[in-house]
Amino acid sequence: MQLTLHVNGADHAIDVDDRTSLLDALRDTLGLKGTHAGCEHGVCGTCTVLLNGEPVRSCLMLAAQAEGEVVTTIEGVTPAPGELSVVQDSFVETHGMQCGYCTPGMVLTAHALLRANPAPSRAEIVEAISGNLCRCTGYGQIVEAIELAAQRLARSNTP
Amino acid sequence: MTVQLQPPFRYVGHKRRVREDRRFVAGGGHYAADLVLPGMLHCAPVQSEHPCARIVAIDASAALALPGVHAVLTGAELAAATEPLMNGANTPLVVRYPLAVGQVRYAGEWVAMVVAESRAIAEDARELVRVEYETLPFVLDGEAAMAPGAPLVHPPHGSNVLLDRHFVWGPVAEQFAAAPRKLSYRVRWGRSSTVPLETFAVTARWEPTDAVLDVWASIQMPKFPDQIARSLRLPGNAVRVHYDVDVGGSYGVKRGIKHAVLVGHLARALNRPVRLVEDRLENMTGGDMQGPERVFDVELAFDDSGRVQAMKMRALDNVGAYAGRSPFQLGKPIGAIVGPYAIAAVEYHALAVASNKTPQEAVRGFGQAPTNYALETGIDKVAAVLGLDRLEVRRRNFIRADQFPYLIPSGTTYDSGNYHGLLDKTVAVADLFAERDALRAQGLLAGVGIASCLEPSGGNSSFEPLLNPANRTTTWMESCRIHVDGLGGITAAMHTTTSGQAHETLVSVAVAEVLEIPPERIRVIRPDSLASLPSNSPVGSRMAIMLGGAAVRAAQKLRHQLMQIAAHDLGVPLLHLRYSEGDIHAPDGRKLSWLELVLIAHREYFRLPEGMEPGLSASSIYMVPTGGQLPLDDKVQMYPCHSFEFHYVLLAMDPVLCRPEIRRYIIGHDCGQVISPDVVKGMTLGGIAHGIGAALLEEFSVDAQTGQPTAASFMDYLLPSAHEVPRVEIVHQVTRSPLTVFGQKGSGESGYLGSPAAIAGAVNDALAPRGVRVDQLPMRPALLSDLVAEGTSA
Repeated sequence: MQLTLHVNGADHAIDVDDRTSLLDALRDTLGLKGTHAGCEHGVCGTCTVLLNGEPVRSCLMLAAQAEGEVVTTIEGVTPAPGELSVVQDSFVETHGMQCGYCTPGMVLTAHALLRANPAPSRAEIVEAISGNLCRCTGYGQIVEAIELAAQRLARSNTP
Repeated sequence: MTVQLQPPFRYVGHKRRVREDRRFVAGGGHYAADLVLPGMLHCAPVQSEHPCARIVAIDASAALALPGVHAVLTGAELAAATEPLMNGANTPLVVRYPLAVGQVRYAGEWVAMVVAESRAIAEDARELVRVEYETLPFVLDGEAAMAPGAPLVHPPHGSNVLLDRHFVWGPVAEQFAAAPRKLSYRVRWGRSSTVPLETFAVTARWEPTDAVLDVWASIQMPKFPDQIARSLRLPGNAVRVHYDVDVGGSYGVKRGIKHAVLVGHLARALNRPVRLVEDRLENMTGGDMQGPERVFDVELAFDDSGRVQAMKMRALDNVGAYAGRSPFQLGKPIGAIVGPYAIAAVEYHALAVASNKTPQEAVRGFGQAPTNYALETGIDKVAAVLGLDRLEVRRRNFIRADQFPYLIPSGTTYDSGNYHGLLDKTVAVADLFAERDALRAQGLLAGVGIASCLEPSGGNSSFEPLLNPANRTTTWMESCRIHVDGLGGITAAMHTTTSGQAHETLVSVAVAEVLEIPPERIRVIRPDSLASLPSNSPVGSRMAIMLGGAAVRAAQKLRHQLMQIAAHDLGVPLLHLRYSEGDIHAPDGRKLSWLELVLIAHREYFRLPEGMEPGLSASSIYMVPTGGQLPLDDKVQMYPCHSFEFHYVLLAMDPVLCRPEIRRYIIGHDCGQVISPDVVKGMTLGGIAHGIGAALLEEFSVDAQTGQPTAASFMDYLLPSAHEVPRVEIVHQVTRSPLTVFGQKGSGESGYLGSPAAIAGAVNDALAPRGVRVDQLPMRPALLSDLVAEGTSA
């Protein structure tokens, strides 16, 4: 089927099987390899992208369901080539990752959290990322990254 | 002998960003599944429905008729074209191929592989493959598999016992005869694993004109290219493994030999690039990545003061349907079989038993975490029997700081340690017993857990000849090569894959420390296997020691070459020169800058010392410290270095639901000189999270009646989320190793090696007022609430 996806600020006309998931369309059709497959049954959150600013599992959505919506992937939050968003930079500062596989989903979830709640408590951060599994870090430095990002954003004018 | 660099350090041990993180946060990691090659075909396995059955016939005609399907490969065809996969144990009649040949031995085993234009078509086609089976009796339990008359997993082998080694180190019988007190107990370690979020992925491409097989794989595997080449009957230099793949988590399990052999064969046979990326169901059932499943029977001989004189331990590991390297997971713990305790005599009986379960693979710690759980349970029991404080019993049994280097009965010398010091520092943080009593006063079941254990690190293969005398492998090296280009840029190469351990950062810091040049100016690359020096991959908590050691050695050689150039050019004896931040200074004030030295090396040959080769490069192939000897009298030096960790945990449960909640987690950690503080911290926190999973949640359960896996997705194999993992308080201590370049020890397995034992201890302390005791992992809430309701033990 033919459809148009609005991803990272641009429209992309694509032709995919009806059964193609949003995850596969992003990775295989649009070549956006920053979104990763983890469990493909909606538990681990590795494939998280933002749909109209909200975190969703791209493995549980059909690409067709995303037509007409605003999709943001990890490639879409990087301000410019070689630069990092405040949230991304905070993850680097606290080493909030190891293998990096869950990281795009974590960073997008953090972006959505901080947009909705600029000053989250630790409990609110834990709740927000509880749908994103990480096998490397034990979450400690991820929580620290989001706390740091919130502090930095509170002192800056740009999200 | 390693000449150790002494603090203060410029870069080692300082807070510094991890260089790999920049690409990961931007979604720029290069994972195996990201690779797209022109003409690439995709695989989907046909998996066995039965735990044990004869394959009568495979009819792939309907699948092959589906448009887009290129091949359906069966085990018989693959076996005719390849050599069997390597066996670790001495079991030549336990034959393993990537696909089942003639018989399936576990539910989920690959029976055939469908290859098609897309993964979706391959999945459609596998539904059309008809496999006719004749079911056979099966056995799932390790002890049942040893019983006379049990169904044989590999009939030609004649038994289900794949490894049976019995060791006696020291006067065990005498100590037991003389000891005033003895106790015996049994603990069970359930089958769990590290379960990386990235499944296994591999792509292979055959270049017929060059006769070379390119492999991009998500791996953490010693001697991977050799094993692929051997199975595919190719020369070693016809397999080119691309080490610049980022691995999305491994923690031991990403071995991937069967995956890569199969895909390599298909790429050659079809002359097309072929890719296999497991889905989660395939990974959980047929990915061959499940960990140890052990029953320990332990006896301790001790005195009235709680000092343990001798131990007898039988470890029975249910390794599943094939052997691979998994029996060796019973061998590595021999190097720390007495933990941090001065136990003088040990009897150890290691049994690896085959069953009709998924084969076992290496898991973080390579068998050490289950052994530590068994030992720590015993120390708690000694305290309970004597009515003594569990902390005090540990203090009385600890090896003292003034006893190092300390030889344990099984032949390993511990390098250094201060166990009493770290215990005291850790318990000084909080009185968890008082906090426990306050929770109990609120009506909660509350308990304190304690575990003290070692992390053997540095990684060698001494357990191979110890467990299998036919295997004489003792060489276990790591390598680094440094090149300075004509413009003075430094590039260092490491020669293996990396799966989140920040090895590029490690190399850059180690080289920077020697050359006195900021790590940010040093590029670190991972060339392919044909362009690499020997490596044994990041297993056995070894890379800080081994890759760090190789990087320092190579940098020292490079620095020496620079000094030789300067000595010749300035006409000053080398010993009178001073190296500082890349420049070299003579006593009379003259100096040669870094760029001048580079110029001489690369362009002005007439200024080089006679006989020196041009350019600036150096390499080191670094052998594991203290390694290399064959066992003697059933004893051997296992890993060189021994990190120490002390876990101190407060846990509470509602008395009805019994859902354990960790209220406080304090860990004392000593891995010698820390190189990258944020990396060590992350390893420790992540290891504790793994341990929480193994202790409370994770189990590859199998239905006893049907042999079917009942935990094949993340809906029923429960991984700890941010809710289950508490904030962890870390107490640091630095007891340097005398054996390593910076005094560092390993930390890649930290946290995981003691947290299951500590959490189990906390649960049992919480249950003790109800007269309930649990000596099996995982301790899932349903089990605990049933036991509390019934007032029984398990």
